[in-house]
Amino acid sequence: MAALRHITKRFPGITALDRVSLEFRPGEIHVLLGENGAGKSTLVSLLAGMQQPDEGEILIGGAPAVIDSPRRSMDLGIGSVFQRVLLVPSLTVIENLMLGGSWLKTLARAAALRRFEELSALLGIRIDPGAPLSGLSLGEQQQVEIMRALWRDEKLLLLDEPTSMLTPQGVADLGRMMRRLRDKGVALILITHKLLEAFAFGDRISVLRLGAVAGDIGPERLSTMSEAERTETVIRMMFGGEAGMAAAAERGHEDELAILLGRKLRRANTVDRSKPSTLAARALSTAPDFAETPLREVSFELWAGEVLGIAGVDGNGQKHLAEALAGQRPVRHGRIELGVTDITRGRVPQRRQRGVRYVTDDRLGEGTVGTFSVATNLVLKEIGVFPYWRRGISNWPLIYRSAREQIERNDIRTPSELTPVGKLSGGNVQKVLLARELDADANVAILNKPTYGLDLHNQRLALDWIVAAAARGVAVIVISTDLDELLEISDRIGVMFQGHLAGIVDNDDGAADKIRRLMTGAAAA
Amino acid sequence: MTAQSAAGADLIATTLRVLIPVALALVAGGLILLALGKDPLGYYGFVVQRSLLRWGGAQETLTRMAPLLLIAAGLIVAFRAGIWNLGGDGQFLLAAVTSAALAPALIGFLPRGPTLVVCMIMGCVVGALWSLIPALLKARYGVNEIITTLMMSFLGVSLSNVLIKLVLRDPDTTVPQTRSLAVDDRLPRLFGTSIHCGLLLAVVAVILTHLMMTQTAFGLRLQVLGANRAAAVHAGLRVERLTIVAFALSAGLIGLAGAVEVLGVWGTVRADWNPAFGLLVVPLVFLARFNGYAVIGFTLFFSALMVGGESAARRVGVPQHYVLVLVALLLLFLALTEYLDQSRRKTSPPES
Repeated sequence: MAALRHITKRFPGITALDRVSLEFRPGEIHVLLGENGAGKSTLVSLLAGMQQPDEGEILIGGAPAVIDSPRRSMDLGIGSVFQRVLLVPSLTVIENLMLGGSWLKTLARAAALRRFEELSALLGIRIDPGAPLSGLSLGEQQQVEIMRALWRDEKLLLLDEPTSMLTPQGVADLGRMMRRLRDKGVALILITHKLLEAFAFGDRISVLRLGAVAGDIGPERLSTMSEAERTETVIRMMFGGEAGMAAAAERGHEDELAILLGRKLRRANTVDRSKPSTLAARALSTAPDFAETPLREVSFELWAGEVLGIAGVDGNGQKHLAEALAGQRPVRHGRIELGVTDITRGRVPQRRQRGVRYVTDDRLGEGTVGTFSVATNLVLKEIGVFPYWRRGISNWPLIYRSAREQIERNDIRTPSELTPVGKLSGGNVQKVLLARELDADANVAILNKPTYGLDLHNQRLALDWIVAAAARGVAVIVISTDLDELLEISDRIGVMFQGHLAGIVDNDDGAADKIRRLMTGAAAA
Repeated sequence: MTAQSAAGADLIATTLRVLIPVALALVAGGLILLALGKDPLGYYGFVVQRSLLRWGGAQETLTRMAPLLLIAAGLIVAFRAGIWNLGGDGQFLLAAVTSAALAPALIGFLPRGPTLVVCMIMGCVVGALWSLIPALLKARYGVNEIITTLMMSFLGVSLSNVLIKLVLRDPDTTVPQTRSLAVDDRLPRLFGTSIHCGLLLAVVAVILTHLMMTQTAFGLRLQVLGANRAAAVHAGLRVERLTIVAFALSAGLIGLAGAVEVLGVWGTVRADWNPAFGLLVVPLVFLARFNGYAVIGFTLFFSALMVGGESAARRVGVPQHYVLVLVALLLLFLALTEYLDQSRRKTSPPES
């Protein structure tokens, strides 16, 4: 159906793809596996028409094709589904699907509805075409994305990390859909960095490493291998063979291997709950804001040195919880107590002074000012505070010196402390935030999706920071949609559902099942 | 590369990024003059000769800089804080009328110095007050200040005229205008020239504004607000209060410009007088990228063009508004240079 022949794509400083040859066959789910930076996203952007290869050619249906625009990509029968939903929330499902049409013709709703029914049958899903998109769950929105991708033609479907925002149920639905499409003869490309997904869905697995194809396991071989054999083979490819594995272990990357192989609890439960709690939320409620779910009567206590995980499907009030605790969102009812002090009315600076820290998940949107230097961003929440400011006058030499120290100490990869933080990679932006928030004076830390969008190495680093902070006696709240991660580092895990804290479970055997039940709204077992 | 030579290279690059667009704008402007059948070299020569080389013209150019610089200072505060205060004309004119009305009345009771100071302070206050409605709307409800400041500007200009014609009118003149402040009572001249000390005040104001924005906690807070409002909320800044203060500072400085222009040059405000400096300075502030020092240079350049262009209109027959064409071309070429520079070093691989 489609093939890449010796594709090379260079960006200044790096070769993103190095003579990559791959073939995508009809009726096959082809998994491209690799770490962030392995070249997966570049490959996607070539097929979707957003970038051109420097060398090599792309064959579609056997003939060389130049994919010089996303429209051309669609014309060739390639449908792409990206990580983020790229639909218009205020329009209905069917209106969203008709957007791609020629703008000279009038909207042919009847024809569109016929196509909608056809695709619904093909995918085996039921969505109301007249429903506004904003009323759909993320999983359903993704189904609409897939329909949009298949709208013109159903030859090749490209899915870039499609499971990153789905519930376990959503992932299962997606898997069923992909198999239906495969059985109808569609060529599917599934891009992921999760090993288990690759095994669960893939007919063929290709591993990308440093821009090159490190290995390829065809369907015949894949079906004869045991789970352990597959894992070992793939990991060997991802880390570059035996030598690479040994080197990775030497570099202290066992933890990254551990992430790939599934996680286990890494912390002994040593929290002393006989003492008074460090932080307490008492029947906390917030006001609804646009489409966001507010908090409804959320209560919990948190002790020093404890990690409380907050699980739940995205958009169930987690953001309001973090913001209300950090002091950047007003509380409507209820109280927040820090030790014996009521801090409900305290603003961010007052809470920060008392040791409350918040690492936002929106790192460039609100956590940092992208155009400002790393140094400025490191003191963003201390503006006007001694010793960086004296009587309101900036002591830039001191700010810069302190920034250089923190860059050095925390291994932040930046050309200098004056570099705009927006130019750093995601992992290094997160290091800036962690350095700013998990400092020596931290007392309570709230982290929202601390590993979101990071590569394995930086995921590991972020989790290490959190564990280290808890070991120092910081009371930590980690909000995440990645349950495995929470199971790994939390002492207790609370579940948010529609703004309520549906329950808090101790992190012991069987916790995962209880949490999954709570996530879907079932009452606590 | 040592830090010093890197800084040197930086300075050269920055200077080139300014000089190249200036040169291109002058060339393109010259082509337009050619198309109009005028001699471009003659025109430019005349402008330079008239506004800079001749002592009288140079004094006029420097005098013209005073209100422009004060307005620029006001716009730098607002723009860096992400507030698009386009209501400068209303703020300027109301402050001008206030000081024009106050000065002749006060000079009877107070000595010259205190009179001028009181008038300038009142100019600031009136300018700031005129920004209060847009400031509150923006801070409380997020209403777009471009619209509200422009609307308030029209109202301010009209209100000024109403005041002059109905309330403050000098009964001894035929043309409606406020009572004149005697030449000897106006702002003192500098060193026996015709340049009044408002220029000094303006230069100091621009430099202080620049230092405030770059060297103080308050300035950094304003910049955070301007660069990323969500980050300002996240960092716990008092966004509403900062917004209102930034508006007041900005409009206050623009009001001061109005007071200085009246107290230094005219001594009175005539009905329907509106130099429209407020919007003229906006492109200069952008050209200078909100940098206080650079804005002094651009203001000098623009004042010279204005003063030279005004007499060129009479002597060479090129319309006075041609000066605006040059500024527009300058902005275009500056944006173009910027774009080319960016795309030259554009580079990063797609997000992974």
